[in-house]
Amino acid sequence: MLPSAGPIVRATGLCKSFRVAHKQPGLAGTVQHLLHRRYRRVEAVRDLSFVIEPGEMVGFLGPNGAGKTTTLKMLSGLIHPSAGQLEVAGCLPQRRQERFLQQITLVMGNRQQLIWDLPPLDSLRVNAAVYGIDEAEARRRIATLAEMLELGEELHRPVRKLSLGQRMKAELLAALLHNPAVLFLDEPTLGLDVNAQARVRDFLADYNRRTGATVLLTSHYMGDITALCDRVLLIHQGELFHDGPLEALTSRLAPCRQVRLELQQSVPAEAFRPYGELETHHGHHVQLLIPRERLTDQVAALLANFPVVDLEVSDPPVEELIGALFRSAGAER
Amino acid sequence: MDGHHLHRIGRYGRSLRRFWLSSLQAEFEYQLNLVVELLAVVGNLVGSLFVLRLLFGNGASLGGWSWDAALVVLGLYTLLDGFTSCVLQPNLSQIVNHVQNGTLDFVLLKPIDSQFWLSTRSFSPWGLPGIAAGLALIGWALMQRSSAISPLGLLIGVVLLVSGALILYSLWFLLASLSIWFVKIWNATEVLRYTLVAGRYPISAYPAALRLVFTFVLPVAFLTTVPAEALLGRSSASWVFGSLAAATLALVGTRLFWRYALRHYTSASS
Repeated sequence: MLPSAGPIVRATGLCKSFRVAHKQPGLAGTVQHLLHRRYRRVEAVRDLSFVIEPGEMVGFLGPNGAGKTTTLKMLSGLIHPSAGQLEVAGCLPQRRQERFLQQITLVMGNRQQLIWDLPPLDSLRVNAAVYGIDEAEARRRIATLAEMLELGEELHRPVRKLSLGQRMKAELLAALLHNPAVLFLDEPTLGLDVNAQARVRDFLADYNRRTGATVLLTSHYMGDITALCDRVLLIHQGELFHDGPLEALTSRLAPCRQVRLELQQSVPAEAFRPYGELETHHGHHVQLLIPRERLTDQVAALLANFPVVDLEVSDPPVEELIGALFRSAGAER
Repeated sequence: MDGHHLHRIGRYGRSLRRFWLSSLQAEFEYQLNLVVELLAVVGNLVGSLFVLRLLFGNGASLGGWSWDAALVVLGLYTLLDGFTSCVLQPNLSQIVNHVQNGTLDFVLLKPIDSQFWLSTRSFSPWGLPGIAAGLALIGWALMQRSSAISPLGLLIGVVLLVSGALILYSLWFLLASLSIWFVKIWNATEVLRYTLVAGRYPISAYPAALRLVFTFVLPVAFLTTVPAEALLGRSSASWVFGSLAAATLALVGTRLFWRYALRHYTSASS
């Protein structure tokens, strides 16, 4: 772990843009492209600033192409930022010094590092040698992690014969053998069934609790984020749209809450106008949208002024809110 | 050398051991390969010997080379081809796959030199029969000669062989690292391998124009003819230093080029 106190990840004004070749479709386009290449500059990440403290579990949210993977790759030193400052575990990631690489790990749900034809144990031994972990210590760590991941004889079976879930768990074991202080996880539950997903999630929470490692993860499954991350960074078109708890994001995306009333007798719709925006009004059933900051006062007033039988306050589900945001992002492109 | 460096070398050594142990295990998953490769080596060798026999006909010489001197060249070629199958081919052909599948990222995040990993990660035992056959052929051909080989000639020959192998490695690695820009570079490295077949016969057996190409463009001459001359006790200082200089230049060039390629990879990829 880090000897020094303070943030483990610090990004200031992080930008990444790159050139992509712009090619017309068809043979004519190919020929034209060969003779005269035209490029387009794409800004994948724009002016991203955030700070992460040791031990935090932070979720990266954003639609496809929002810059999540690009950001994770910059944090792990695989790509150079175009502008801005970056410090991870006291190092400059892009230099990829051994001291830095020993402290981080990157797991990509769509790629694997285990040797296909051999049992995971052989890949683990390779990793142990590369990271300079002696054999006794490697055995101890493998035993501990295998128990946490509920991996047993699977470690002795060729990787090609493992299920996707077992393979992902073995990938995690291989990625964590060197006790990294910072974990970058890009879609770690991609393609897993619900059970396997839940097990990977439980493991990550358990690992974070036991080791105090910092975890940054991206996922398509909101479930992963809600279960694991107290804090989310929402990247929207390359820019930081939100940094904070998930609930705060909900209140920001949906500044009103939904209040449903069941009344003893019907009351004319006009009577509710002063309390909030009337959504529906069917005799005994009324549905209102009330701004969060006035919610308690208005609910109290409603209860005092109307013959209320039942009252229900709810948030629109976060998936729907973020989905709507992503769809609007897609529509803008 | 301080403790830190010794520790580092130890780690690289242990890694190499694990690399090769694991690839041997993986290769033995497909045992039929051994039979096929053995047949290929024997077939190749018999074919080359037959061609050589035809070329020499009755007592003729090939570019000023006698029959058993030419056999030394063929032996060196077989040896280098075996080395290629053991180390170069299995490793360097993987570079393009790493780029294609994005697994190069895993290599770059290991606390070990990426060129070391990419060049030594695999070891294929199927080149070993070639190495053994090459050594046997060289030994047999040298024993046929009237004059015994001098220890100095042997030493220079071995040094030049290593130098030739390093030139071959550098050239191959350089071509393979082009896949960072052009992903489908695999064919180019195959073309390289087939061009090197020219190294089966002494370089002086080829027309003058080809000789120039095989010395300065595709350094086939340094791979087999130059070490063979040393083993036969007739090397010249200019060829020895030429080979060493070419190897040094090629290695340094490869190293610098790989760094340049990685800089491109890390700044251009998304």
